[in-house]
Amino acid sequence: MENKTCFHCGDDCGGHPITFQDKSFCCNGCKTVFEIFNENDLTCYYDLQNSPGAIPKEIEGKYDFLSQENIIEKLTEFRDGSIEIATLYIPHIHCSSCIWILENLNKLNPNISDSQVNFGKKTVRVTYNADTTNLKSVVLLLSSIGYEPYISLEDFNSGKQHINRSLIYKLGVAAFGFGNIMFLSFPEYFEVNEFWLEQYKPVFRWLMFAMSLPIVFYSAQDYFISAYKGVKAKLLNIDVPIALGVSVLFIRSSIEIIFDIGSGFFDSLAGLIFFLLVGKFFQQKTYNFLSFERDYKSYFPIAITKIDTNGNENSIQVYDIEKGDRILIRNEELIPVDGILINGKAKIDYSFVTGESQAVSKQSGDKLFAGGKQTNGVIEMEALKSVEQSYLTQLWSNDVFNKNKEDGFTNITNTISKHFTIAILTVAFIATAFWLFVDASKAMNVFTAVLIIACPCAIALSAPFTFGNLLRIFGKLKFYVKNASVIEQLAQINTVIFDKTGTITSNKDSNAEYDGESLSDSETIVLKNSLRGSNHPLSRTLYNILQEHNIITLDAFEEHIGKGIEAKHNTVNMKIGSASFVGSPNTSALLNTTVHVSSNNIYKGKFTFYNSYRKGVSKLFNQLKQHFDLIILSGDNEGELENLKKLLPTKTKLIFNQKPEDKLEFIKYHQSEGAKVLMIGDGLNDAGALAQSDVGIAISEDVNVFSPACDAILDASKFKQLYSYIQASKSAIKIIKWSFVLSFFYNVIGLYFAITGQLEPVVAAILMPLSSISIVLFTTIATNVLGKRLE
Amino acid sequence: MSVIYVLLTVSVVIGVAFFVIFIMAVKSGQYDDDYTPSVRMLFEDELVKEPTTTSKQTKTD
Repeated sequence: MENKTCFHCGDDCGGHPITFQDKSFCCNGCKTVFEIFNENDLTCYYDLQNSPGAIPKEIEGKYDFLSQENIIEKLTEFRDGSIEIATLYIPHIHCSSCIWILENLNKLNPNISDSQVNFGKKTVRVTYNADTTNLKSVVLLLSSIGYEPYISLEDFNSGKQHINRSLIYKLGVAAFGFGNIMFLSFPEYFEVNEFWLEQYKPVFRWLMFAMSLPIVFYSAQDYFISAYKGVKAKLLNIDVPIALGVSVLFIRSSIEIIFDIGSGFFDSLAGLIFFLLVGKFFQQKTYNFLSFERDYKSYFPIAITKIDTNGNENSIQVYDIEKGDRILIRNEELIPVDGILINGKAKIDYSFVTGESQAVSKQSGDKLFAGGKQTNGVIEMEALKSVEQSYLTQLWSNDVFNKNKEDGFTNITNTISKHFTIAILTVAFIATAFWLFVDASKAMNVFTAVLIIACPCAIALSAPFTFGNLLRIFGKLKFYVKNASVIEQLAQINTVIFDKTGTITSNKDSNAEYDGESLSDSETIVLKNSLRGSNHPLSRTLYNILQEHNIITLDAFEEHIGKGIEAKHNTVNMKIGSASFVGSPNTSALLNTTVHVSSNNIYKGKFTFYNSYRKGVSKLFNQLKQHFDLIILSGDNEGELENLKKLLPTKTKLIFNQKPEDKLEFIKYHQSEGAKVLMIGDGLNDAGALAQSDVGIAISEDVNVFSPACDAILDASKFKQLYSYIQASKSAIKIIKWSFVLSFFYNVIGLYFAITGQLEPVVAAILMPLSSISIVLFTTIATNVLGKRLE
Repeated sequence: MSVIYVLLTVSVVIGVAFFVIFIMAVKSGQYDDDYTPSVRMLFEDELVKEPTTTSKQTKTD
């Protein structure tokens, strides 16, 4: 059987492709998109990339809330008369064709005057004429061509985003000053005593002074502020010696040129700040397409349909839902509040919340929890609570979400800087005291020289360059780390806690085991074909697991909702479904999900679904067990206990039936006992635990889809590499320690010149960049070697 | 007057000019997205290739 792939989206067209202009499509949606592009001369789209599109979804009624004035107000970034500009987040943007089609929106709708894609952020900024079109039709147009924007509660609160570019400005100022001051210092370096250079010396010097002003007072201001805060909190952080060095450099240089003693150290001053800022800039690795700060707001819809007492449907904001409101949830919509199902067939997918991929069926009168996604038609429910008070969202009122993890953590650089600062001050005072007796005129000179040369530029650069480079290497290996301090904390971990569902099990495929009398060939064919016709999630899973069989036409097929399927072909009459429906002899309650099968009213057996564990779980745990305490913290029942025991090392603690708050408290307790906890989870129910732990890693099958707030996001395919990532973080700390040794070596050389009172500007100007550059080279090469070993 | 003043003025003015241009470029958001423009540039050829009707595509904003 040969299946064609869809010309638009590349999916398998199945048995009945839709043919249009000699091209096959998997569904009418894809065909329509092709037609739209075809009519507007945009088929060039398909030349750029093979099958670039996504399957367009049913969207009827979903975006009605976009006609509401107050929602438009929040979502648009510019509104003036007829012109409106909105930036929409489109998760599907993935290739160059996407950029092309989205920037040609004006051909599809002439009222759109401009659209601009930001590929990194996956956003499109649309400018349109609000008199002739509106936000809703723009969104509908995007959805109909397969680029459905994702509009969540987060967009509602964030408003206009402000981009902070101050570091680039500071770097620019420092670079400008550094370059120009270097040029102006050249005559002094070579001590050209030519008459006319001698005569214009003051001009050069005052120019340098003028250029150093913005560097000291603008570019370096963060160091002064941080040093001030450090001293106030009685902490000698690395910025204290830096600020000290910078001020001494500036004051001494100014005095030198005012009294015409020498040329000052403006070149070293500018170079020092420039290098420090480069380090800061390098450490700042941001992943535009990822967010580490997500809470429930990024998942929840912005508005929902409310049914009033007269039966009219209105869009209301999610925050306005009150207890007792009747609300309507459409297919693929998220339930925003806890409530009771009134009518409709609910099939709720809680994978956002728990990581569990199997949808749960609910009957009228059952309780529904916020965070679930309806996957089967329209339902009506009554709200029991408001958004903030729902079971899941309550978690975010915990203090842990307002805490900054970096606050309580002393990083490696600051640990060393405490000793360093004290040592330097001691050396400076002893040297000054010595010179006061020997040659008092030189004492002040030596004191300042020591502070200048000891300015810990190289030390301050070690960590940013090591961690910055490692962040990039990790990023290439699909381990996306929020910032440098996370790597440091990762190196200190001693306890690793895993969530079960979705973390060590895979969402994509589950395993089913058949238990009972073996089925004949004809029975298997009927089984497979009847599953094919059913939309129940268990049927879909089982269908995918069973091997390929011929497609036949069934004589009779009936699906009994909530019970099972009945199918007939020739002499075979099969029932597939729940134990009672099929007529299973033993109805003992099992914790695992099962599907029973009978043929011609004779019970045959059952399929039992097991979680399918990620590849390499066992190996990973065995690697980890030598260095860490291992714990599994699961929200599920104990159904998998025996399986886990077989799979994992014996010392692994297994704890089940944990509520989101329990997980958080569990970690808190262990931390109070001195554990440094690494939490690995995936769903929103782990959000509290991820925030409480020292390092929280979210596992994600697709990093473009959402993951809860965390410190790092790990692509599921790299799960088994986790151990080597932790080891790499530890090696990074070693690299930093070695580069500290290297920079002490430079400091000793510099101190020799300083203490003996022979620190010339040219010596400082050579030594400072030399030490900085060699540290940068050393850390970069060492981390790259480390990265090579990871691959 | 010595020529050195002229030279110094010229060098500083050029330096400042480049600095101002850099700041303006950053402010305009030129460095916020460093991937999309590289792709967008390539499409300008593709569009000219279609001489179907009268509308000639020019992207001016």
